[in-house]
Amino acid sequence: MFRYILKRFLYMFITLFCITAATFFLMHSIPGDPLSYMAKKLPDQTRENYYEKYGLNESVPKQFGIFLKNIVTEFNFGESIRYPGRKVTETIVEGAGVSAAVGFQALFWGVSIGIILGVIAAYFRNRWPDYLIMFIAILGVTIPVFVFASLVQYLFTVKLRWFPTTGWGSWKEMVLPVITLALGSIAGYARYMKSSVLETINQDYILTARAKGVSEFNILRRHVLRNSIIPAVTILGPEIAAVFTGAFVTEKMFGIPGLGFYYVNSINDRDYTMIIGTTVFYAILFVAVQLVVDILYGVIDPRITLTKQE
Amino acid sequence: MEELSQEQFRIIGIEDNGTEHSARKKVGYWQDAWRRLRANKIAMAALVLLILLLLMTIIGPHLTGYSYEEMDKASKNLPPSAAHWFGTDELGRDLFTRVWQGGRVSMIIGLFSAAVSTLIGVLYGSISAFFGGIVDNIMMRIVEILISIPYLIIVILISVITDSKDLGTMILALTLTGWCGTARLIRGQILQLREQEYVLAAEALGVSPFKVILKHLIPNTLGLIIVGVTFDIPGYIFSETFLSYIGLGIQAPATSWGALASAAQANFRFYPYQLFLPSLMIALTMLSFTLLGDGLRDALDPRMRH
Repeated sequence: MFRYILKRFLYMFITLFCITAATFFLMHSIPGDPLSYMAKKLPDQTRENYYEKYGLNESVPKQFGIFLKNIVTEFNFGESIRYPGRKVTETIVEGAGVSAAVGFQALFWGVSIGIILGVIAAYFRNRWPDYLIMFIAILGVTIPVFVFASLVQYLFTVKLRWFPTTGWGSWKEMVLPVITLALGSIAGYARYMKSSVLETINQDYILTARAKGVSEFNILRRHVLRNSIIPAVTILGPEIAAVFTGAFVTEKMFGIPGLGFYYVNSINDRDYTMIIGTTVFYAILFVAVQLVVDILYGVIDPRITLTKQE
Repeated sequence: MEELSQEQFRIIGIEDNGTEHSARKKVGYWQDAWRRLRANKIAMAALVLLILLLLMTIIGPHLTGYSYEEMDKASKNLPPSAAHWFGTDELGRDLFTRVWQGGRVSMIIGLFSAAVSTLIGVLYGSISAFFGGIVDNIMMRIVEILISIPYLIIVILISVITDSKDLGTMILALTLTGWCGTARLIRGQILQLREQEYVLAAEALGVSPFKVILKHLIPNTLGLIIVGVTFDIPGYIFSETFLSYIGLGIQAPATSWGALASAAQANFRFYPYQLFLPSLMIALTMLSFTLLGDGLRDALDPRMRH
């Protein structure tokens, strides 16, 4: 187990290095340079000062070296090109906090509601609760997030006037983005859990438990749930990734100052340092989460050995 | 050893009394799968819907007589009517034409991306599995690295870098790492198939590795590939929608379902039909591909036979 984790850590660093290098060199391979668009009209001296400020007067490999060193030693991604004075790291840290608040709630509700719905659908197979739940699950995968967000906004803010449309601060402003973001996870988990539970229900040990007179509730809790939740851990990784990227749309739609919001804005602004910084940060986060999920998988289910036994 | 000649052998008689023939007509794998798919009402409905949608993206733009980029200042934001079946957009363009023109682009993106990524994925996966050992190890490590980067982030990055919004670069961006999933899937399957006797027989007869892969291994994963493609296509169409929303999609006056929906999303309270119609098409396409994929999986899974 320890060796496995060590190996995975090593892979993680190789992966991160590759991503960072690819992002950096690709962004610098764009014809011209990040500043040319901004600095076109500036006098020569000012322009040179700008280039020096962002370190763009050095060769690209050297720039990369400095960039890497700054990340590793002080987690410093440099300064925004479009908004001089705004530190990329500060923006990332602030944005990530906000995104995490929404993202964790969405993930929590998405996974728990999805699991419950999946179990219900399996128990009421081919009856109306099953059809209703599968309809919701299908909706979750067939409607683009921004369309769903528009509908939710319309229903709850214009028609019912329960929640504000956009903004950030109070819990009321968090409800709609969390619902929007959670829909994908609800859909994914409901579908996955349904088939997982259906598979478990037909196992012999359920029959044995029933023959021994274990109550239906205890069968569900002790046997069915335990055995069917384990495979569901595998889709946690992709679900988390979906929440990450779903946040790009959701945060923009609801005006939440999260990481996704800044990321999309930096793309539209062509703010190169911000794009590089956020991409690398997302990659770190994502790779780390995958690692945790994989290790968790081994811890939850003792039958799974992550390392090959010789 | 003595040379064996034809004369030393003689036919001692074959009795053909018909016991070796099966009474019923032979049913091949594909025929059987098709029979099972036809029995699945939901999948067939999805297939019909899908064919209809595809047909409309081909002929739809030519039905009204309007061009998809033709603007008419006198008729902006009109609701659906006899003159404009789906209404018009903020520049007075006919939405019926635009929806199907956009559908054409969305479908092309979905189909091409799925085709490209499947082709790469299948070849990569089968080569990796067939040669095994260190080749497999290295090839799979590369996939692991590629797959551990959030997919949409790569797509965004490539779109930003190429900074061109034509179809080709978009498909490139979408498929750059999109093939990794397929590669893994195919590799797993071929690892099992490789141990089968017919592969051993082919190898013993001196068939070259690539021929074994192309003639014996890949055809036997075809069911899996087809199911994979039916789930990939809507995935790519969905990704395109996402790209359009964050401003990296197809450039006007060209359009796609995603571009139409995201353009309409801002004014959706006043002109709901502008959002509703392209979204409906996206949803119907996603739905029919997903249901058809489910049906195909059941029909093509050999474990489901009999």
